Amino acid sequence: MASPIEQFQIKPIIPVINFTNSSLFMIGAAAVIVGGLLLATRKRAVVPGRAQSVAEVLHDFVANTLVDATGKEGMKFFPLVFSLFMFVLTANLLGMIPGFFTVTSHIIVTFALAMLVIGTVVIYGFMKHGTHFLGLFVPSGVPGWLLPFIVVIELISFLSRPISLSLRLFANMLAGHIALKVFAGFVVSLLAAGGALTILAPLPLLMAVALMALEFLVAALQAYVFTVLTCIYLNDALHPGH
Amino acid sequence: MAQAQTTHATTEAHGGTHEEVGFPPFMTETFGGQLLWLAITFVVLYTLLSRLVLPRLGGIIENRRAMISNDLDDAAAMKSRAEEAGAAYEKALAEAKGRAQALAQETRAKLSAESDTTRKALEADLNQRLADAEATITSKKAEAMSHVDAIARDTASAIIERLTGKAPAPQKVEAALNQIKA
Repeated sequence: MASPIEQFQIKPIIPVINFTNSSLFMIGAAAVIVGGLLLATRKRAVVPGRAQSVAEVLHDFVANTLVDATGKEGMKFFPLVFSLFMFVLTANLLGMIPGFFTVTSHIIVTFALAMLVIGTVVIYGFMKHGTHFLGLFVPSGVPGWLLPFIVVIELISFLSRPISLSLRLFANMLAGHIALKVFAGFVVSLLAAGGALTILAPLPLLMAVALMALEFLVAALQAYVFTVLTCIYLNDALHPGH
Repeated sequence: MAQAQTTHATTEAHGGTHEEVGFPPFMTETFGGQLLWLAITFVVLYTLLSRLVLPRLGGIIENRRAMISNDLDDAAAMKSRAEEAGAAYEKALAEAKGRAQALAQETRAKLSAESDTTRKALEADLNQRLADAEATITSKKAEAMSHVDAIARDTASAIIERLTGKAPAPQKVEAALNQIKA
């Protein structure tokens, strides 16, 4: 039987251009997003059908999250935030299909997405506010002798953002899939063991089913958490004053 | 317990013999390829979403919002028009009532004034006639009274003439009559 981490293996498909199963599922996620949304909105109905309602709910949900965190001017980042949310959500959910590769279970992917967010914050922050953006690290109303410590703490907190943002998503997806695989493996092992142990086989199966439901929740929730934090960080770029 | 442990051991042995070199997410040699394809995919995804999908989706939502707010505006305009019409009707009604009242008042005043003048004219006419009649009576009476003297004089002369056989002097008769009248 395969090891629980075998599912995270990167397998080359077209080695010349570095095309792997990971690349395939990235493109698959993008195709599902674009194709699904275009298909859902093809009628442009005033009274939406089911598919169009889902598309509109996703649009409004991300738009509301962004506006709540950053205000109206944050809407210039809407395409970016919507792309991130849809990509993470779709990649997470595609990974839930047995046999499918989970793009977001690789730290390099989640880290790249987090760096995209932080890079946007830093570049936009400096472009919009110049050196004023550094005011982010100097909260107002702090006594002078405390200021150096506060600046150091703020700086560390800012630098740890891409790490926590990427680790959270990566670790959740990784741990969930490992746990699923381990419990599913127990079922097979118990059945293979024979005798009294075979009778116990349904127990890890029940656990696997329960975990499956939990993992669907986690897949959606982590996409949401990633999006909310992205919005909060973008708010710093828009309004660096505390 | 022992069974479980052996299962675990075989699993590890199995995985180990197969391909394991390390934990896949930490195999740095795969990073380049993943980053390359992530960049390509995400740029394409972002472009398609921001150029094609989101304008369409946002357009649908905006279109609906505009339609709803237009309809609401129309409804509000119609409501205000209806209210205006109602107010105009109330006003017209009040005006008509006022005019009717004024007309009635005017007519009543005119009628009473007319009847007043007629009555006054009639009264004046009657008074005039009464005065005329009184004047006639007075003049007739005076005239008659003036005749009384002449009749008395004539009668007295005639009586004296019959009694004495000769007509008395008119001055004496006059004087005697005036004596009696006084």
